[in-house]
Amino acid sequence: MPMRVELNVNGASHAVEVEPRMSLLDCLRERLFLNGAHAGCEHGVCGACTVLIDGAPMRSCLMFAVQADGYAITTIEGLSPGPGELSPVQDAFCETHGMQCGYCTPAMILAAHALLAGNPAPTRAEIVEAISGNICRCTGYAQIVEAIALAAERMRGVNRPEGADASAQAGQA
Amino acid sequence: MSAPASHFRFVSSDRRVREDRRFVVGKGRFAADIVMPGTRHVSLLTSPYPAARIVGIDKSAALALPGVHYVLDGRELAAATAPLVAGLDTPNVPRRPLAVDVARYAGEWVAAVVADTRALAEDAAELVTVDYEPLPFVLDGEEAYAPGSPRVHEAHGSNVLLDRTFVWGEVEKDFAESRHRLAFKVRWGRSSTVPIETFGVLASWDPWREILDVFASIQMPRFPDQVALALKLPGSAVRVHNDVDVGGSYGVKRGIKHAVLASFLSRRLGFPIRLMEDRLENMRGGDAHGPERNFDVEVAFDDAGVIRAMKMRALDNVGAYAGRSPFQLGKPISAIVGPYRIQSVQYQAIAVTSNKTTQEAVRAFGQSPTNFAIERAIEEVAWHRGLDRLEVRRRNLIKAEQFPYLIPSGTTYDSGDYDAVIDKVLAQADYTGLKAERDRLRGEGLLAGIGIAACLEPSGANSTFELLLNPKNETTTYTESCRITVDVSGAVTANIHTVSAGQGHETLVGTVVGEVLGIDPDRIRVVRPDTLSSLPSQSPVGSRMAIMLGGAAFHAAQKLKARLVAIGAHDLGIPEERASYENGNVSDRAAPQNKRSFMELVTIAHRYFHRLPPGTEPNLAFSHVIQVPMGGKLPTPDGRVQIYPCFSFEFHLLLISIDPDLGKPEIRRYVIGHDCGTVINPKIVRGMTMGGIAHGIGAALFEEFAYNPEGQLVAQSFMDYLLPSAHEVPEVEIVHHVTPSPHTVFGQKGSGESGYLGAPAAITSAINDAIRPLGIAVNSVPIKLAQLGDMIAAARGKP
Repeated sequence: MPMRVELNVNGASHAVEVEPRMSLLDCLRERLFLNGAHAGCEHGVCGACTVLIDGAPMRSCLMFAVQADGYAITTIEGLSPGPGELSPVQDAFCETHGMQCGYCTPAMILAAHALLAGNPAPTRAEIVEAISGNICRCTGYAQIVEAIALAAERMRGVNRPEGADASAQAGQA
Repeated sequence: MSAPASHFRFVSSDRRVREDRRFVVGKGRFAADIVMPGTRHVSLLTSPYPAARIVGIDKSAALALPGVHYVLDGRELAAATAPLVAGLDTPNVPRRPLAVDVARYAGEWVAAVVADTRALAEDAAELVTVDYEPLPFVLDGEEAYAPGSPRVHEAHGSNVLLDRTFVWGEVEKDFAESRHRLAFKVRWGRSSTVPIETFGVLASWDPWREILDVFASIQMPRFPDQVALALKLPGSAVRVHNDVDVGGSYGVKRGIKHAVLASFLSRRLGFPIRLMEDRLENMRGGDAHGPERNFDVEVAFDDAGVIRAMKMRALDNVGAYAGRSPFQLGKPISAIVGPYRIQSVQYQAIAVTSNKTTQEAVRAFGQSPTNFAIERAIEEVAWHRGLDRLEVRRRNLIKAEQFPYLIPSGTTYDSGDYDAVIDKVLAQADYTGLKAERDRLRGEGLLAGIGIAACLEPSGANSTFELLLNPKNETTTYTESCRITVDVSGAVTANIHTVSAGQGHETLVGTVVGEVLGIDPDRIRVVRPDTLSSLPSQSPVGSRMAIMLGGAAFHAAQKLKARLVAIGAHDLGIPEERASYENGNVSDRAAPQNKRSFMELVTIAHRYFHRLPPGTEPNLAFSHVIQVPMGGKLPTPDGRVQIYPCFSFEFHLLLISIDPDLGKPEIRRYVIGHDCGTVINPKIVRGMTMGGIAHGIGAALFEEFAYNPEGQLVAQSFMDYLLPSAHEVPEVEIVHHVTPSPHTVFGQKGSGESGYLGAPAAITSAINDAIRPLGIAVNSVPIKLAQLGDMIAAARGKP
């Protein structure tokens, strides 16, 4: 028996009728046509389906759509500031080539956004920990870790007066 | 030789990868993202037995479920289609998408259920009942090879698909004349590349247009051709769409049985069909396992550890059906002596069927296991003679002045300076300091070892090894293509004719065309027409695209440039030899103020026929189909032939420590020296190298498709099949060296496989350096934690 839920996705409210067994991942992809979340293992290990639930990275393959009612859901489609534009994290991933096939990339970027929202100056170990639930088969992670460090550095430098903190200057990127 | 990169304007510069922009915003176009109205979904019913006769299939309960459209079994499919193409001449080992009367491995697809949704199709599959009669089965490759073993394919008469022995050079004489000989075994466990995107296909037959549209996450030569053959359709009735992003492949995304199944269902039922593997289907029934190979190696050498001759027997357990995988014993012939001067080789290549999942091409197409065996040979010789492992490698290496170098199996290595790469790695790592650090760790009570491995990466992909293993095959053509157009507005568009799985082919072609034309690569559009609008492509296999697609793009751009020069010279009224081309503009060398701009030349080509040189075709559209360099010859009767054209070299050096109580290896330092000739895009080459090492770490320490004695695959999820996470992959330092290839347009070689080719050997080398003081050693991968811990505990006399 379908159930009606109100999903708040990227700041917009969507009323959908779904089977109770439909995962949030399938609902986002098949009902809302938000294809940036990807199915990898559908058992909660690879992390390719990661979305942010109230800002925290969650596996959308392990959550039913009906459980997501009332939460603020952020998908990769919600990060770009505008058509053709990139968030600082997205741009940093392009700068370091922190991907190859691009399949795990949206989830990696969401995990990075969640990390940087709470920790503007993460260490390498903290970056590794933050993405350790997201498997990338292409890159060996090096350029992903670099992308997140670069994004952090650039974001720390935003709107600082020149010379305020030399170590955190965006110009060093 | 280090070539200066400075004479290139865009090639070798650290430019962004153009594909990345769509991926970071979630706008990749993967197979599962493509929607067609009215699409129905497939789930698969699989065999619970490793071998069983299918006595009956009762579909009635499933078909009674509302929303279920069809249950297809193997007999119906086989009656309407041809078997899938096999590489070897093995007509009695037919391979089909669904089992026909006999299931030959646990997980093999027995029936396909079509329903309105995937979930409903899975529900319905549970209602299909199959009556099985279990049969004897065989899992181990050596048992399958032995006479009297249960036969996977009764009609074939045995389990042996391939058993050929090659002798290249005076092997027996060299053995007789050598002072020392050593025999040992090496094992490479069954693993694979396991991309994060499973295989998926959407197929749609239009009975009025009589055309089949296929959207699939493929990486496969001859894919459209093989779909058409299986479905008994003309090639022009199968349209495969190349503008699909593939979520990782590294060889395995062949999906031919999936595509034939979905396409048949679409023709049979009249609506689009989607088949997306779930993870279990991918790992168990997707036919995407990698090599599982036993080596028996014997080497003959002198007091100094210089190896003169080698005998290698390689037995690969390819699983239940043949496919193309036995050829993974063929490609290693192109580098059968690795980077070493071994004078003569006897090589026995054996492929056997067993009741395991069917193998498919995996990164480096069989070269990684063989390189592992060759590197183990070097280390065993050093250990046997009490010599330094690095010094023994140095003594055996092909030297820079010996190139081009002909190896016994008939391939000539193009170029290299292996010692220079090693010198750079040792300097980067401070080798003396690294040894001191190892000894310091040992002093702290840890087991510690330094790992060393060299490897050659054959690149440029030629299929000549198929001829060595299947004399009925005479194909010597192996192509790639590019087509470039300039429209009336002056916009340049390059067409490429393959799908990509993260290799950055659009960036490659943009860079190459920009380099030739002197135009900013970002202004060059790169598109992928469907296969009916395409020129030949053999797809991105065998580290070939920098060489082959880069070569095709280069030559097509040269043709365009030549036409612009001809138009400009004619319009300027000067001989072509006097015309100079720069950044799209053509000028008179003798009077540089006399020139035609790029836009003027384009306008003449498109609109001013009266100003075109006589006999010139209007428009600007140029194609090039490139044949693999050095290719095109048949093998000699004794099995010698040039296989791949170019050979990259890598040298891996690492430090590992092992807590003796836990048996857990920790990589503390990893340095790789890398020479793939001229680098076209540094970001891409670095990523490929790093990713290959991570994949190699998985194959060395974590990943195995293990079976239990009952024939069931025990690694059925990512909780059993362990992919390295960011925690398991260390920081890796890369040192570059450039030895250009003489056979390619910019001196480039391939770079997609090097990390995977060397990392398993290097890690095993390090572990052996760490545990040999205990009197133990390992010559097989994966070296799993529990196994290593038990070995160490036993050697230390602790339970």
